[in-house]
Formats: sequence, structure tokens, C-alpha cells
Amino acid sequence: MAIALVLVSHSAQLAAGVVEVAGQMAPDVSITPAGGTEDGRVGTSYDLVEQAVSGALADGAEGVVILTDLGSATLTAESVLEVLDDDRVRLVEAPFVEAAVASAVSAQGGGDLDAVIRAARTAVASFAAPAGDDDGAPPAAADPAGAGARSRTLVLANSLGLHARPAAVVARKASEFDADVTINGVDAASVLALMALGLVGGAEVELSASGPQADAALEAIAADIEAGFGED
Amino acid sequence: MTGVGIDWALDWVRRSAAVVAERREDLIDLDRLIGDGDHGENLHRGYSAVLGKLDAAEPATVGDVLKLVATTLMSTVGGAAGPLYGTAFLRGAKVADAAEIDAAGVAAVLAAGLEGVVARGKAEVGDKTMVDAWSPAAAAAQQVADRGGSAPEALRAAADAARAGAESTDPLVARKGRASYLGERAIGHRDPGAESSALLLEAAAAAAGS
Repeated sequence: MAIALVLVSHSAQLAAGVVEVAGQMAPDVSITPAGGTEDGRVGTSYDLVEQAVSGALADGAEGVVILTDLGSATLTAESVLEVLDDDRVRLVEAPFVEAAVASAVSAQGGGDLDAVIRAARTAVASFAAPAGDDDGAPPAAADPAGAGARSRTLVLANSLGLHARPAAVVARKASEFDADVTINGVDAASVLALMALGLVGGAEVELSASGPQADAALEAIAADIEAGFGED
Repeated sequence: MTGVGIDWALDWVRRSAAVVAERREDLIDLDRLIGDGDHGENLHRGYSAVLGKLDAAEPATVGDVLKLVATTLMSTVGGAAGPLYGTAFLRGAKVADAAEIDAAGVAAVLAAGLEGVVARGKAEVGDKTMVDAWSPAAAAAQQVADRGGSAPEALRAAADAARAGAESTDPLVARKGRASYLGERAIGHRDPGAESSALLLEAAAAAAGS
């Protein structure tokens, strides 16, 4: 059973909105909002967080990653963790929206608790140092495909290019195979790194893969790119 | 009386609720000066909820009462005060697993409570926070325990130290919480959390008749 997410915000609407965004990229992941107080005010509720976490575990989640927006949301989540005292439940302090998207995609790809936490933590790095530089210089690979890599050069067929949804599709595919896959030098399993490339329709992409399933990974992702991810 | 028991803990809760209701506006005013103005209202809501649960509770230990306070405050207070007080009472509850506690037990509860506040808020003495009341209170109770004093004496010493600690926040610049954004403008205003901590510990001493 997969890792579930609980998103804790001061605002019910903010939590629900981020659940909506992350859910679009990770349709099979359990993502529960715990925003606002029980009587609908701005704030955070111990009970709402506790119920969201316990509910996810009761539904069979292997682990739960909690993300929070600001100060007292973190304190509330920490209090819940202290009372639950359960190793399967972890809090990650990371940018709320970015971490939600990154960890949701990781969970969708079958990532375990540590992998999902890592995805959330690296969300900040993806944005602090965007992979695509203004001068067009090739960005450094976080995890280069390395020796023996196979590469293909493709053109993004859909007009919007590698925006959020297709980036999530690529990241999921990339993590399904036993292969290190990069696009234009960045880790293709990282949805945020892919989005940070800012590649639009018609852009040329260098798809590389190495590892035991390099060929299969290359084939699958290239097919998606050539099909325009089912978009115009 | 050398120890304090479940009746004391229940009376502490009732006195806390009463003093928080009585001083609600004062706490709101303090918090409006250097925070977001909701501390009095939040604590009042929290302690009203605790009172509502008290009659149905059947505590077997002092810790049972403290745990009820902890979980109810966490659920109802909102803002940072909920998790901070909630964790303080929760940690205190864990070391009060008895029907009666002596002076050393009081000191242990306050030390655990202080630990909880520090774990959540990451504040130190002098940061203009609740810690400025809790830290001297825990130390004062320990001193009474060390010289063989009673639990009510330990509570009285803790209350007096917390009161002095709260007053010591007046001239400080805040280094934690929303007041830290104000820089020197926080000088001259008491920290609302330190003030409410002093009020609650005074209620604890009053409940012990000291």
C-alpha cells in the first residue's frame, strides 16, 4: 500500500486547493486536506490533523507524510506526531505547494516513506536553483545518466510542452523503470526539476537513460513525448 | 498536606478556567500590542472546552487530568498557544502517573512541561516567550523539592517565580513568534504567553492552598 499525504494549512481553502493540484498529478495517492479550524476559522486543528492521519493509516496507507504551511500548523502537526508516536507518520518542513506536488508524484510512482520524504525535501532545491538558466547553458545534471547512456533527441509535440501534468507523467514513468533517466540533463523522476526546465511546445529535448532498463524507459517516455501526452 | 492529588488537579483546571475568563480582555490587549490579539480569546475557548469535559472525566491519576487538559487545548485553542500548552501538559502528564504527587513530582511536571514548550517553540530564556515564566518556575519547584519542602510549597515557589519571570519580559526584544517582527517596538510590553503561564501557575498554587 502506498504512502499517503496530509496537507495542513491555516486555511481550509488553501489545503483543499493544494490537494486539487497535487491530486491531478497523482490520481491514485491518498491526499487529505486538514485546513482551518473545525468551526471554519483560520487556524489549525489538532483534531482535523489527527483524524486525517489516522484515517489514512486505517485505510491501509503504509506511511503518512504531513506537510504544513506556516508556524503554528507545524506546531500542531508536531503535537499530533508526539501523541501518535508512530514511526510511519512523518512531518517534512518544506515549501507547501512544491513539496506537495513532488511528494505526491513520488508516492504515485510507488516511492516508500523515505523516497517521498526525500522528494518533498528536494522540492526546495529545485526552486532555489532552477535547472534552466537564462543564458541557455545546459544545466548540470543532479544525477547524470552516466556512462553507457542511450540518448534520443525529440521535439515536444504538444503546444504547452512540459507543463505540470506532462511533467508528472514523465516523472512517474521515469521512476517506474530500473534506470536513471534525464531530460536535458535534469533528473526526469523529479517533476519539479522537469517543470523548472520551462520547456514549451516545439522545444527540442535530449532524453537519456542508463541502467538495466534504460531501453524500455527511453522507449516509454519517448512515446509519450511524441504523442504530445495526449494533448493538442 | 505534603502531596497534591487528583482533587488538586481538578481544582487547578477550574481555577485556570476562571482566571482565563476573568483576564481574557487583559490577555487580548497584551497580545494586540505585540501579537495578533487572539491569545485571550483562544485560551478562553480552550479552557471553556476543558471545563465542559471535566464532569464526564474519571481520572485515576494526576496525569489523567493533565492529559485531558493537553488534548483539549490542542484541539480547541488554535494558534501557537494550543500546541505549546498542549505539549507542556502532555509531557507533564507523562511524569504524573500517580494519584498524588509530592514536591519532587511537582518539579518533575514543571520540568517536563518546560521541556515540551521548548521542544515545540525552540525558545530560550530571554526570548520574550512562555519559557521566561516556565523556566524559573521549574527551577524554583526543584529547589523546594531539594530542601524537602511540600508540594504546595513547590507550587507557590513556582507561581512566584513564574510571575517574576513574566514581568521580566517587559523590557525584552522578542526573538520568537510574531512579536519578533516588531523589533524594539516590543520593548515595554509583557509577553502574553508568559503572562498567561504565570496566571495558570498561580492558579495551581491557589488550588493547593498555598
